[in-house]
This record gives sequence, structure tokens and C-alpha cells, in this order.
Amino acid sequence: MGVLEVKNVTFSYDGVTETIKNVNITLHTGEIVCLLGVSGGGKTTLFNVIAGLNKPQQGQVLLNGEDVTGRTGKISYMLQKDMLLPYRTVEDNVALPLIIKGEKKAEARKIAGQHFAEFGIEGTQKKYPAQLSGGMRQRAALLRTYLFSAQVALLDEPFSALDTITKGEMHRWYLNVMENIKLSTIFITHDVDEAILLSDRIYLLKGKPGTITDEIVISEPKPRRQSFNLTDEFLQYKREIISRIQK
Amino acid sequence: MLPSPSDVAEAFVKDRELMLDHACVTLEETFIGLFLGIAVGFIMAVVMDRFSFVRRMISPLIIVSQTIPTIAIAPLLVIWLGYEMLPKIILIILVVFFPITISLLEGFSSVDADTVNLMRSMGANRRQIFRYVKFPNSLGQFFSSLKISVSYAVVSAVVSEWIGGTVGLGCYMTRVRKSFSSDKMFAVIILISVISLVLIWLTSVLQRVCMPWEKINNNRSKQK
Repeated sequence: MGVLEVKNVTFSYDGVTETIKNVNITLHTGEIVCLLGVSGGGKTTLFNVIAGLNKPQQGQVLLNGEDVTGRTGKISYMLQKDMLLPYRTVEDNVALPLIIKGEKKAEARKIAGQHFAEFGIEGTQKKYPAQLSGGMRQRAALLRTYLFSAQVALLDEPFSALDTITKGEMHRWYLNVMENIKLSTIFITHDVDEAILLSDRIYLLKGKPGTITDEIVISEPKPRRQSFNLTDEFLQYKREIISRIQK
Repeated sequence: MLPSPSDVAEAFVKDRELMLDHACVTLEETFIGLFLGIAVGFIMAVVMDRFSFVRRMISPLIIVSQTIPTIAIAPLLVIWLGYEMLPKIILIILVVFFPITISLLEGFSSVDADTVNLMRSMGANRRQIFRYVKFPNSLGQFFSSLKISVSYAVVSAVVSEWIGGTVGLGCYMTRVRKSFSSDKMFAVIILISVISLVLIWLTSVLQRVCMPWEKINNNRSKQK
């Protein structure tokens, strides 16, 4: 049994046209799983269902065996943009999920402060989001996600807004930090390279309505070499994934 | 007859104590009316944002209330409520609440849907979404409308004193008008303008104190 199980989930916005159908996903503890698919394929809709923002017409979302279908506040969710609130300092942004859970502000800041160095944003506590670079903002957003729930996180295209160089730096940083925090994660991307580099398994979401058509295991051990994306194995994975997407 | 600037200055110096006594009353009415007007505007905006049927019901009435000239309402308030402070404060509330309500409503409804979704995914309830997202998000609009409301409040206080009062700058104006003292009239007009300008400036200072991030965000936008 995985830490998170999505069982036979079907969802439609209007009750007629299904956006996703019979989706099954399993996420094991400490695993990074990627959801890969074309734009408009229902990936974000699936995340909204898993996060409890939308209730599916059919199926279940189980967190450690507990049915959390349609319930918010159980699974961390990082949306496409970093969504840092411009009027809160970085530490108050990061501490927000703890405050929402009922933690006192001072205590929430203290807990958040213990992770700033680990996430590479030490010294930014009193700054406002506008004073940070894109990469730093993503790190702060990821820390906020982690502080909300150290069990399971959903990351919706977390690095898509970054330039190529920053994205490369963020990939390396992300793999390192994930080795330490062991956060079970599902993330969405359009980028095949990113999917192979970061994940343990890749689910392909295809068709209309979107369904999981393939599951690809990336057997390269972790921590991954920086040069992994230059190897033949990497290219083999890439060829295989692209051919399956085009099928 | 147009008085020279020196006549106006002289009139102000001569009558300054009397003028400042009247100004204190006008300011008292302005602050009480402004404070209550903000409170009414805030409560209305929150209720209208929370309950869409209330918004649909009240919106037309609020808009109609603003089409009636204050100069027409003020005498009625004097007839109903007398010559004391109450009718002046009610007139200021009537004038002030409208821009506050409209701007706060705009602020509440302009919140990014994804931000609300993020808060919901964290398990935030309606009150927490209001406190951490909707209210701070509407502060910019609130202060813009507060600057308008402050100047409206001063003018409304003066108008209501003019129409039915025994004390205040509006009342002082009627007396100097009747005695054809145009120099004093200009002096009091300048004093009213200065009071309005100072209050608008104080609102800007308050905005900078309450929204320290705005300067940083503006500087960043300019750099881009």
C-alpha cells in the first residue's frame, strides 16, 4: 500500500463531459512520481481532486489508507506560480500553513526558521517576496509546501516559470533537498527531460478524457549524477517516453 | 470684491483663535463621521462579499443613495435631528461609506482565484481566507478610497454646519458671508483646504506604515 492512492477517479466539471476518467495512481513513501502529459490533458484537474478542491464523481483518494476524497487540508499543494503573498515577509509566507493549522505566530515562525538554511534561503526571513529571485521564491514556496505536510506534496509545474540556467540549478538543489526531507511527491511537468531527471516513476496522462496510459520506472539510483542527462540511458528513457506519448 | 493676499493673511492672523476654535469642532465631526463611515463601509463590504443575494439587493440602493445631493439631505437631517453634532456626523457617514464599500468590495473580489485555492488546499476556512488574503489584498484600494473620503468628510462637515449649525467652520463662513468680510471668507476657505490636504497627507503616511511592502513592490516594478 502506498502513502497515497488514487483509485478509479473520474471527474467532470459539468457532470457530463469527463475531464479525467478511471485514474489510478500509487505513491510510495519518499518517492517522487511525475505526471507527464500534454496541456489541457487534465493534470491540474487531477491535482485539484487529490488536494480535495474538487470532489470526483467516482473514485477515492486514500492517504495512508484514510479516505480523504474531497477533503482539503490533508495534502500539500504547490501551484504553478509560487503564490507567495506579496504583503507578507518570506518567513510569514512560509509559516502560513502552520498558522492556519492553529499554531501561534511566534511558534510558527520559529518552526519555519529551522528549515531556511536547509532550503537554501537563509537570510531572507524578513524580506518580501518581491525582493527574491525566481529560484529563491520557488524554494520558499516549496518550504511552505513542506511545512504544511511532510507526508505528501503535489507540485504543479514547479519549475516551469524559471529560465533554463536557474531551472538547472533548481533541479540539482531539488534532488539534494529531497534526499534529506524524503517528501513523497507527485509533480506535473511538460518537460520530458525534467521528468526523467527528477522522478522515480512517470505516469503518462493522455487522451480525452485523460487517463493513465503508461507507467515508466526510472531505475537510475539516487542521488543522481549531474551528468545523468548526458548518458545513453537517459536518451533511451527519453525515446521510450516520447514514443509512448505519440502512440 | 477680491481681497488681496495680505488682507487674507491679516484676517487669518486677527481671527485665528476663533477660526481654530471652529476648526476643532469641524475636525471632531470629521473624525467621528469618518471613523463611523469607514466602519459602516467595511461592514457593508464584508456582508455584501459574503452573501451575494445581499449584494444584489443592496447595490442599487447604495448607488441611488449617492445620486441625492448632500445639499438636499443636510437640511432634512437638521429638521429631523436638530442643530447639534448628530446630523453632521450622519451626513459625513452617508458620504464616506460609499467609496469605502465600493473599493473594499473591488479589493475582495479581485483576489486571485489560485491564491484562494491554495489557501483552501491548506484547509483554511472562510474567516482565514478573508484575514490572510482578501483583506490585505484590498488595502491598496481601501487607502485610495480613504483619501477621497477624507476630503469628502471635511467638505460634508462644513456644508452641514453651513446649513444648520451654531459652531464649526461652516457656521463661521455663514457669519463672515453675512458681514461681507470676503477677506475672512478667503482665509477660512484656505484653512479648510489646508485641513483637507493635511488629512490626505496623513492618510498617505498611514498607508506607507500599514503597507511597507508596497514601496518595495513599486521599486521592483520600476526596475523591470
